[in-house]
Amino acid sequence: MSDNGDKRVDQPTGTEFVGHEWDGIEELDTPLPRWWLIIFYGTVIWAVIWTIMYPAWPLINSATEGVMGWSSRGQFEQELAAVESERAPIREALARIPIERLPEDSALMDAAVRGGRSAFQVYCVQCHGSGAAGSPGYPNLNDDDWLWGGDLRAIEYTLTHGIRNPDHDETRQSLMPAFGRDGILDGEQIGDLTAYVRTISGQQEPNRAAMRGRTLFTANCAVCHGSNGGGLRSFGAPNLTDRIWLYGGDSDTIRDVITNSRHGVMPRWGHVLDPVTIRMLAAYVHSLGGGEDFVEVAEDPGVEVDERP
Amino acid sequence: MNAPSPVLQPPPEKLYEARKAVHNKRIDGPFRRFKWLVMTVTLGIYYGTPWIRWDRGPYAPDQAVLVDIANRRFYMFGIEIWPHEFYFVAGLLIMAGIGLFLVTSAVGRAWCGYTCPQTVWTDLFQHVDRFVDGDRNARMRLDAAPWTWGKFTRRAFKWTVYLIIGFWTGGAWIMYFADAPTLVRDFWAGAAAPAAYIAVAILTFTTVALGGFMREQVCIYMCPWPRIQTAMMDEKSLTVTYKDWRGEPRGSVKKAEKNPGAFGDCIDCTQCVQVCPTGIDIREGPQIGCITCALCIDACDKVMDQIGRPRGLIDYVTLEGAERERAGQETPSTLRTIFRPRTIAYFMIWGGIGLAMLFAVGTRDRLTVNAIQERNPIYVQLSDGDVRNSFEVKIRNMENRPREMTLSLEGLEDGEMWAGSGSHEQGLREFSVTVPADQLLNTHVFVAAPYQGEQREEFRFVVTPEGDAEAAASEDAVFERPGGTQ
Repeated sequence: MSDNGDKRVDQPTGTEFVGHEWDGIEELDTPLPRWWLIIFYGTVIWAVIWTIMYPAWPLINSATEGVMGWSSRGQFEQELAAVESERAPIREALARIPIERLPEDSALMDAAVRGGRSAFQVYCVQCHGSGAAGSPGYPNLNDDDWLWGGDLRAIEYTLTHGIRNPDHDETRQSLMPAFGRDGILDGEQIGDLTAYVRTISGQQEPNRAAMRGRTLFTANCAVCHGSNGGGLRSFGAPNLTDRIWLYGGDSDTIRDVITNSRHGVMPRWGHVLDPVTIRMLAAYVHSLGGGEDFVEVAEDPGVEVDERP
Repeated sequence: MNAPSPVLQPPPEKLYEARKAVHNKRIDGPFRRFKWLVMTVTLGIYYGTPWIRWDRGPYAPDQAVLVDIANRRFYMFGIEIWPHEFYFVAGLLIMAGIGLFLVTSAVGRAWCGYTCPQTVWTDLFQHVDRFVDGDRNARMRLDAAPWTWGKFTRRAFKWTVYLIIGFWTGGAWIMYFADAPTLVRDFWAGAAAPAAYIAVAILTFTTVALGGFMREQVCIYMCPWPRIQTAMMDEKSLTVTYKDWRGEPRGSVKKAEKNPGAFGDCIDCTQCVQVCPTGIDIREGPQIGCITCALCIDACDKVMDQIGRPRGLIDYVTLEGAERERAGQETPSTLRTIFRPRTIAYFMIWGGIGLAMLFAVGTRDRLTVNAIQERNPIYVQLSDGDVRNSFEVKIRNMENRPREMTLSLEGLEDGEMWAGSGSHEQGLREFSVTVPADQLLNTHVFVAAPYQGEQREEFRFVVTPEGDAEAAASEDAVFERPGGTQ
């Protein structure tokens, strides 16, 4: 450190020393370049303008709002509104058309399927899987087997009202008795029934147990599953003669289902999603390969079934 | 010098040399006439091509050369190129490259001298200079003159002509990217795409800047091509040469008359320098600034004729020929220097690629089919026991007419398929589809087959255009089952 005078000047450069010295290395008081200073003061001025125009100073509950009235949430909502207004004509058309006539307008159907695919990825994949292929207990929506009906109107109804929603009157409702647990049938009878169900679905050759099971089936099961085991959609009773099993078609699983029963549920979406999104979802599910044509029958599913609380 | 020069502080060296303006003199001669011809042809092609019509039927544009970026098609007379066939354009570029090798090894920097756009437009702008301001001396006087009203109006007029040429050049460029007559109407009505106006503005600017103002500096300082060409020339490549062994020492006609035998043929009239569009002196030997436009040959031959000396003091000569001539030996004929193994090899490669591309264009498919299997889920168990796979089948009809086609299954016995909205009961071994003209048809196809079978069974989708079984296209696909053989 040299304290003798502030005005010591470095000879080769003509610049003053700052006065700091470390082991003979001294610091020069080189002025900042003018361009750097201009930019620096410019940024300071810019910062002042910025804090006036835009939200800047944090307060206790929020921040100063800025005279532009801008907010990131507001901008997001603006963009969202722009997208909405772009889609408005399609949504309007979708809301207007009777859903069973949707396939006639292939452009609208395409739009609905695309929209449905997006909505499906948000609301449905948790149970049905990203490819809608389901898993044991959660139906595969790609196949041609439907518990409650596979035409556009039936799918829309299921989506809107759900399955076995206790708080909703219009929900799809049916309850298979727990034949074993409730003591309606004994273990041997359930074994016979299992053999019969496996026989009608072509999984085993008819045998004595199956013959006995047939009588039991007619007495206990045919009401819902039909006398030939073909199922009944108005009760959501599955077809037992096909190759598709929601919980599995092996003896143990069938036995378990007869003994304890299964009451799968699906949330109703009518009070969560808007009707157009539900229509899009219906169109998407319908397009996966199992969609059925709408047939005009005087059936109103899910209303009259209420045999047991 | 009166003022004492500062000894301790030498004046800073100048890092840049100011450009010396080139005011080249008008000249006439065989090479100048050849340049006129090349300029007419190249500019004619550039400005005129978009206006050529070519009937392709009702489903395609009728412009002979069109780069349709919006629809991703490139039309060139009878050839239509889809994006996936872009390698043909790459092939053309390779041919252009090898073509330049060929030309350079045979006749040196002929590209630079005659056909390079920079040369052609610079030449055009120099003619504008001559037309507005007069020939070399008048232009030099005007350059040196103070800024008067007269000079200002002259300059304003000249720059307006520059701008018109630049605008015309940019305008012609955008015609290649849209239907030319429609675009012209839209352009003036203010209804063309913003990209059109931006492209015209940019190209007007570059044309005026590069051709009107930068000129030979582009060749000398900016362009990589002279460097590459210099590397590709050899001792057998033709180049513009001043025969110093014949011309030196220089002396005027009068001096030569006084001292016969003491002087060479060059009379130092500097005509060769005055006509040069890049402002060089060819007598200094081969140099990067020489674009070999041969205008100095025209100038020198004219002077030699006037003073009764043999032509060819400046001439197209090979390096080898120059050495032999200097040594007084016989020089090989020009034809021998052009047709030599190297140039013939280049020509064979160039022609080979050209023929291969012509063959490829002639035999390429105008129909392709592509099948992408749905992977999520890979297969679906159907209620009747069959297994279903689904595929995105893309049929590409590259002809300019809609075509009826039959999509059929080959292999996968007992397999059936149906299009998106159908069902298993409607399954068929084949069905027909209409593919729109010049478009890709995307169909979702479900394929079902019995549960029993190989885990991965190979089969094919075959697309046959109606009445043209020859043109059928096929795509290999795999049918997947859950369990495999059981």
